[in-house]
Amino acid sequence: MAAACVFNLQSTVPKLVSAREKLLVIGGGMAGARAIEEIEARAPSRFAITMYAAEPYAVYNRILLSDVLAGAKNPEGIFLNSLSWFAERQIDLRIGEKIASIDCARKLVLTESGAAQSYDYLIIATGSLPLVPDIANVATPGVFVFRTIDDCRLIASYAKGRRRAAVIGGGLLGLEAARGLLGHNLKVTVVEVMPYLMAQQLDPESAALLARTMEAMGLEILFEKATERVLGNGAAQGLRFKDGTEIETDMVVISCGIRPNVRLAVEAGLRVERGIVCDDRMRTSDPAIYSVGECVEHRGRVYGLVAPLYEQARVLADNLTGSSPAAAYAGSKLSTRLKVMGVDLVSIGDGRAMGGEGHTVTRYVEPELGVYKKLVVSGGKLVGAILLGDTDAASTLIDAYEREIELPRRHSELLFSRAGAGDPNAAVEAMAESAVVCTCHQVRKSVLVEHIRAGAALDDLCAITRAGTGCGGCKSHLEAMMAAYGSDRADPAASYYVKAVPLDKPALVREIKRLELRSVSAVLSRLGIGVDDPESKPGLASLLKTIWGRGYVDERDARFINDRVHANIQNDGTFSVIPRIYGGVTSPAELRRIADAAEKYHARMIKITGGQRIDLLGVGKSDLPAIWRDLKMPSGHAYTKAFRTCKTCVGVEFCRYGVGDSTRLGIAIEKRFQGIETPHKMKFAASGCARNCAEATVKDVGVVAIEGGWQIHVGGAAGSRVRAADLLAAVKSQDEALKIMGRFIQYYRENARYAERCYAFVERVGIKRLREVLIDDSDGDADRLDREVEAAAAAYRDPWSEGAAPFEPTQFAEAIAVEGAASIRGNP
Amino acid sequence: MILQTTQEGENAPVFVTEIESIPPGQGRCFTVGGKAIALFRLRDGRIFALDNSCPHRGGPLGAGLVGIDFNTGREAVVCPLHAFKFSLRDGAGISNELRVRHHRVELRGAAIHVAVSGGE
Ligand code: SRM
Ligand SMILES: Cc1cc2nc3c(=O)[nH]c(=O)nc-3n(C[C@H](O)[C@H](O)[C@H](O)COP(=O)(O)OP(=O)(O)OC[C@H]3O[C@@H](n4cnc5c(N)ncnc54)[C@H](O)[C@@H]3O)c2cc1C
Ligand code: SF4
Ligand code: FES
Repeated sequence: MAAACVFNLQSTVPKLVSAREKLLVIGGGMAGARAIEEIEARAPSRFAITMYAAEPYAVYNRILLSDVLAGAKNPEGIFLNSLSWFAERQIDLRIGEKIASIDCARKLVLTESGAAQSYDYLIIATGSLPLVPDIANVATPGVFVFRTIDDCRLIASYAKGRRRAAVIGGGLLGLEAARGLLGHNLKVTVVEVMPYLMAQQLDPESAALLARTMEAMGLEILFEKATERVLGNGAAQGLRFKDGTEIETDMVVISCGIRPNVRLAVEAGLRVERGIVCDDRMRTSDPAIYSVGECVEHRGRVYGLVAPLYEQARVLADNLTGSSPAAAYAGSKLSTRLKVMGVDLVSIGDGRAMGGEGHTVTRYVEPELGVYKKLVVSGGKLVGAILLGDTDAASTLIDAYEREIELPRRHSELLFSRAGAGDPNAAVEAMAESAVVCTCHQVRKSVLVEHIRAGAALDDLCAITRAGTGCGGCKSHLEAMMAAYGSDRADPAASYYVKAVPLDKPALVREIKRLELRSVSAVLSRLGIGVDDPESKPGLASLLKTIWGRGYVDERDARFINDRVHANIQNDGTFSVIPRIYGGVTSPAELRRIADAAEKYHARMIKITGGQRIDLLGVGKSDLPAIWRDLKMPSGHAYTKAFRTCKTCVGVEFCRYGVGDSTRLGIAIEKRFQGIETPHKMKFAASGCARNCAEATVKDVGVVAIEGGWQIHVGGAAGSRVRAADLLAAVKSQDEALKIMGRFIQYYRENARYAERCYAFVERVGIKRLREVLIDDSDGDADRLDREVEAAAAAYRDPWSEGAAPFEPTQFAEAIAVEGAASIRGNP
Repeated sequence: MILQTTQEGENAPVFVTEIESIPPGQGRCFTVGGKAIALFRLRDGRIFALDNSCPHRGGPLGAGLVGIDFNTGREAVVCPLHAFKFSLRDGAGISNELRVRHHRVELRGAAIHVAVSGGE
């Protein structure tokens, strides 16, 4: 993306004959772009718009830079308006062009390269610049600020191979930066001049709780340290503080706040105090010049969040286009959310007051859980709140704060959402209709519900309302709202096994068997609504394989790429290779082959997985057949919805506590069930005693040895959810254990929805019912289940054998080169 | 990066491959004059061409699932990395605002020719 974006669209924008009024925008940030969007929405093509964007990238969501620094997002993933968006509206976007001065008298701007451009109207949206305090030697290499994509890149590349980083500033952004740096394998120290964190938003007690949570993540925090000097010459090596103490560090990120970027306005003679002074219509002291964003000062206030600048952009557009000339900006009420994974913190208004001065303070504190909730009420209205550790009540409180709702007398009720904490479904239902769900874009519940009831899917909902496209903090609420308000009326399709075939799973299975449909295309054309829907195909492929086993007609277009090439695709288009290591037990010869193969095929990383085997990452698609051949080990199925692994512990053979041979049982489990495809992946574990070193009670299926037998647990989870497994049965022998596990697998294959993990399935069906069917044989179906799973096990064939005999000639072909008159290269 | 749906800015069609090299309902990636182009063959035999690289984060579109999108009825590819969908006809995002460059395809018998669009 980098350099490719730096070009000039001017030549492609046709010269317009009509004399449209010329509108110039200085600054390609979120405020300038939003102002243009609002203007175009009210008066499409009314102005001939040119936008000057000094950064080499426009327009991106600056809020998400914290995620970029943390490595959770790529810079490419945070762009807002695409270049084609500008092109379609014939907006002349000048990426990389910086304005050097404004000549108000002649209504001209001059670019840094000396070109002049006249305007009828001008919008200054130059944002702000990082505030760098007076620290000696601050220009030393290794000292950074954190404001732009380029800053992120520089920080990330400098961090490679270094050990320690210091962040100066313990505010919102400083903490997000610090958290991001932890992801780069650095030991990170936050240096704060105040005696506590986030002094703009928190009181000392909540700040102390937050500090504890952040320290538990591995951050070190120093308080009351005013940095005096960066140590080191040629490269940062440490910091010295005014109290004479020092720390060592390899790099420094300064995050001490922002200052409005007002140089152009000052030099042009506009009225500037802290920011560019604007009236309620967002006009500066020159009536042809407007301003918007972080560079603005309005009624004495300067803002540093997106919600206010979006409000400003609306008012500006109302005025400039004349669509609503009376529109006035009255200032914004602020709430913020700390975007650090693992920390829930919302601050609303000013929640720092500790009482007195007509303030009533209500607090709820649970220090062991890191929960702190506080309301500050004045004159019966909410003026501030702090929610740490449990933010379910945030939407309701933000609504009460923004609309200045008269609060009920009993304030404590407001601290708890009416529903049980942590249950997002109940939480959204308990929200007031007017509650703000997305704080970045100020989208209210009522608007969202309206779209959902009209049948909008989640994607559409985000695209139409923009909810969820700012900091992303409200995504879980949006999903819960889809569940709460979407399904019943809008979508009978919720019960369909796949979208494109209007049947639930039992009816679908019946029809497939009755009509003997053996391929995905046959099912889609006979039972579907006539579209070959790509997202419906993999579910059908999985089901058909379960029903027909070897008699299934394998159409590879119905399969994800992972299942076409039997490896897991990586973010760069290469693949990972995880051979099966039965029960986690290997041998010197196997390890040698793995080492040789890794070297020969340039695996970018060799990693011990969480599933007790070895992953070779970063292998090219066309190398897959050869690496499998060299490994001489079967596929570990780590890429597909199938039986995956069985983790084991050392068991009786070696362990002084072991009561059962968990290693042998684990190997037997893998040998028996390998390759069986299931509605979602299934992971197993076998532990030799109740100490449960193989973590069997958080697996899809786990066995634990007890004196004289084995316990079988099902439906455990320790991934995106954590759930203790339910005890299905206790049996005497390994053979019996294998039999019951097989029966459970087959029942799950036949009755679970596509992509429903065991933890959800067991919960839905209930352990009681499972025991009836699988142990007591209440339905008389146990023998059949045993036979079916036996047949599925017998049909096992190592998918990696396709390396030697490809299913399709170009199955493993990388890009096929075409030189002039083309040549076709198949499998290498 | 500006999408051209017209004949302007596109190069003369070149022969790329025979239809058999792409299994029905799948895509494959070809490098044509240094550019990675994904060709898609629908089950009904129609062929489409897009840039191989997904505008989201560069996923290989040629490895994606292909067919008729249930919600919009448009011919679509689903990116294998994060499931963004794109129209095979013009490269427009389906339920997303991104866009991938699209190339015109001429089928002469079993021979697929592609007029690669855009620059250089
Ligand atoms: C390689 C491995 C991480 C590691 O380095 O250890 C891994 C890697 C991936 N996991 Fe995992 N998981 C790995 C162990 C786990 C474990 C621990 C375990 O297996 O004991 C868990 C928790 C247990 C569980 O399965 O729930 C785990 C829970 C997940 C989940 C969450 C599933 C859930 O419903 O909660 C996903 C996402 C999903 O399946 O939708 C996931 C998905 C993924 C994917 C496949 C994401 C993807 O689609 O690309 C990752 C592939 C990375 C890559 O590029 O190759 N991985 N993943 C582990 C492979 C184990 C193996 O040998 O097969
Ligand atoms: C890491 C980080 C996390 C954040 N998190 C949040 C959050 O969670 N919630 C929230 O609400 N806000 C957050 N913010 C703040 C939010 O990003 C800003 O409020 C918003 O981006 C300001 O937009 P703006 O357009 O006013 O200014 P900017 O985004 O600074 O844009 C101004 C642009 O103008 C350009 N420019 C300046 N001078 C010239 C010139 N002379 N010629 C041409 N171009 C020029 C600059 O290069 C810049 O690209 C965060 C900010 C950062 C850095
Ligand atoms: S390996 Fe698993 S936990 Fe790690 S990034 Fe991938 S999906 Fe997430
Ligand atoms: S790279 Fe294509 S969807 Fe993310």
